[in-house]
Amino acid sequence: MKIGVLALQGDFAEHAAMLDSIGVHPVEVRLPADLDGISGLCLPGGESTTMRHLIDRWALRQPLLEFAATGAPIYGTCAGMIILAREIADGDEPVLPLLDVTVRRNAFGRQLDSFEGELPVPLVGDTPVRGVFIRAPVIERVGPGVDVMATLDDGRVVAVRERNIVATAFHPELAGEPRFHRLIATMAAEHDDPGEGSGRRHHPTRRAGSAK
Amino acid sequence: MNALRLKTGLAEMLKGGVIMDVTNAEQARIAEEAGACAVMALERIPSEIRAHGGVARMSPPELIERIMGSVSIPVMAKARIGHFVEAQILEALGVDYIDESEVLTPADETNHIDKHAFKVPFVCGCRNLGEALRRINEGAAMIRTKGEAGTGNVVSAVQQLRAVLGEIRRLQGMREDELFVAAKELQAPYDVVRDVAESGKLPVVNFVAGGISTPADAALVMQLGAEGVFVGSGIFKSEDPARMANAIVQATTHFDDAKILADVSKGLGAPMRGIAMEAIPEQERLAVRGW
Repeated sequence: MKIGVLALQGDFAEHAAMLDSIGVHPVEVRLPADLDGISGLCLPGGESTTMRHLIDRWALRQPLLEFAATGAPIYGTCAGMIILAREIADGDEPVLPLLDVTVRRNAFGRQLDSFEGELPVPLVGDTPVRGVFIRAPVIERVGPGVDVMATLDDGRVVAVRERNIVATAFHPELAGEPRFHRLIATMAAEHDDPGEGSGRRHHPTRRAGSAK
Repeated sequence: MNALRLKTGLAEMLKGGVIMDVTNAEQARIAEEAGACAVMALERIPSEIRAHGGVARMSPPELIERIMGSVSIPVMAKARIGHFVEAQILEALGVDYIDESEVLTPADETNHIDKHAFKVPFVCGCRNLGEALRRINEGAAMIRTKGEAGTGNVVSAVQQLRAVLGEIRRLQGMREDELFVAAKELQAPYDVVRDVAESGKLPVVNFVAGGISTPADAALVMQLGAEGVFVGSGIFKSEDPARMANAIVQATTHFDDAKILADVSKGLGAPMRGIAMEAIPEQERLAVRGW
């Protein structure tokens, strides 16, 4: 299976290495034609303003939205989460409004406020996730169709899923944490070859009461 | 808490991007708008420092703060080599990265800053693998080859990047017992040398600086193996800075696609004029600073 990594700017090599380590063939995506033949897509960390610029310059916006509309999974980390948000607090226009959330950029402050911490993410397993937050965003509003996957101790939302779209404010690709990429690979396999009885694309991960 | 991972992690986020020298808030906004992944806040860009002469120091705090207040991308600032108090001040200002830079006049001709002592990450210049590994050992979380700043001439950047990557390739071909001698020759700790020999790359992100002034220059060093570029005088000393900045951003992403490079190289106006290396006396070369 091939999963793309948007390779305009940022830590796309780390996402590719993570995919490679779980037996998925990573494909660098820089132009619309690179989307052909991939079953899912990772949007890496980096600078969202830079990525926004490059997405527009090379007319990637529409092809990416069409790719998402096929139901193929898309996973955004940090800047990738900002790219996927329907609303960006304080001004910026959305880039790919695929996730019904409001994101705040640099929500914790500057680099000196970057931090690491353990956080439970039941959807990916019992062992907590090592969250690496680098000038990270947070999610300030969660739409009704969005599942919250993880929050900080103070309740701030840092990981979400809405249908085929997954986003985390932290960087599993920097922490040797493969479970999010495995989740995307599983969703991509399911998308490529829907199993029996899953013709109505239900979402086994949605927990009662988790939607706000 | 893995402090080093947070420091190197921000550098990972800058990869594939262009870090631009800016001297005021307006230039910072032009750089951000053009797609810079970070800016370097400076009182004078290197070509002006070269022309100005005298002692070049850390930029005034209020200038750095104005730039920090004007953009949402990371802001870096330069401290003199060995001047750990300038670094303390920059950390107190809250800059995102400190460049311990040979472009400023060194404050210490023997010792670099102990970068482990800081929470803010540092980028340091190098001309060869030995310098790179010594800086990493002192705590640098990101490396850039120095090039020759303020010249608009890419020749030193190319030579130094080839030196660093060539020396890594040479280590990869060595037997374990030969690495001890290699470490001695590189004047770098054995453990770091062995790690580089095993992984075939530096343990931190490696950018190129000093002399990049066209999209083709940026793509050249990316094809040679750089992970991103610093552009100083090349942007705001060109005829149309916004356009040149944007074209260099495009070229850094699409460095391997000659058709796109041809496309983005059109209609840019004149790049900075540049200086031939022979025209710079040995004692005025910046890259020799640092040890």
